[in-house]
Amino acid sequence: MAQAQAHTEGQQHPISIYLWIWFLLFVLSAFSYAVDYYQLQGMLRWSLILIFMVLKAGFIVAVFMHMMWERVALIYAILLPPLFILVFVALMAFESDYTVGTRLVFFDASP
Amino acid sequence: MAQSIQSQTPDSVTDISWQSFVRDWGSDQRTFKHVPWGKAMMWIFLLSDTFIFGCFLIGYMSVRMSTVEPWPNASEVFALNMFGHDLPLILIAIMTFVLISSSGTMAMAVRFGYAKNRKMTTLLLVITAVFGATFVGMQAFEWTKLIEDGVRPWGNPWGAPQFGSTFFMITGFHGTHVTIGVIFLLIVARKVWRGDYDTGRKGFFTSRSGSYDIVETTGLYWHFVDLVWVFIFAFFYLW
Repeated sequence: MAQAQAHTEGQQHPISIYLWIWFLLFVLSAFSYAVDYYQLQGMLRWSLILIFMVLKAGFIVAVFMHMMWERVALIYAILLPPLFILVFVALMAFESDYTVGTRLVFFDASP
Repeated sequence: MAQSIQSQTPDSVTDISWQSFVRDWGSDQRTFKHVPWGKAMMWIFLLSDTFIFGCFLIGYMSVRMSTVEPWPNASEVFALNMFGHDLPLILIAIMTFVLISSSGTMAMAVRFGYAKNRKMTTLLLVITAVFGATFVGMQAFEWTKLIEDGVRPWGNPWGAPQFGSTFFMITGFHGTHVTIGVIFLLIVARKVWRGDYDTGRKGFFTSRSGSYDIVETTGLYWHFVDLVWVFIFAFFYLW
């Protein structure tokens, strides 16, 4: 198997795949910038920002950092733990919601 | 012996089943097979760094969600007047392209390293370092401009004071990572150029001889810096 062969001698992949990902990252960054340039707002803005962000992060980790050619033992060990950050995000979102609520009540400020 | 191990843990990189995960972790041997130890350690370090930057961004989210004052509009704060137009976020966009380009040259440096092409590897590592230094320079310019505009960690002219504190903390920590990366790249470039990984010359710090795996390990750190920027760009500058 050509891929397995390349793997045992270290990560050797054709230059073209790097150039291709480089190009895709440029295009995705241009799209992200366009979201701000054209001042898209609301759910459309947030969902586009997140989509482009996840795609860029995915390409960098999978190809530039060679994760797609690693064994599952390493992939799971590195990529699963960060999912706990999402739990933390949810917890702090609830907390912040509560904080801003109490601030509005006690300071009687309008947002 | 080697044969039986081989059959127990087939060296198929495309084996993405969970059984392969269980086999590797339960093998009573090294867990990360076919991965140099330096690379596994770098990945574990990057995992811990992910949590650090994750905490920073969560802190930023918390203060931004809980403030009763308006959040400054990043699009206007980071606009620059170029070619007679006020371009929103233009410096940040250029910084993003510079950092992505440095990741591209880094990925190619790793490729040439494994091909034992010393000249190309050194050249690409130095180009990567130059891109990185350019990024830090632009960040210094951005900080200078914001400080002149009156942004401080405790306040700014446009709204919520938390804007300054989170901005300086997050971009400052990221910029520090880039700076360390540039130094790291130049050290490795010098070693490749001198042929340390061919002659087995021992490192000044570790007293061990290295191999071209180190170029890939350095690359992992560098790509991670780019990866963090993707999240900072999305959440801090665009959101």
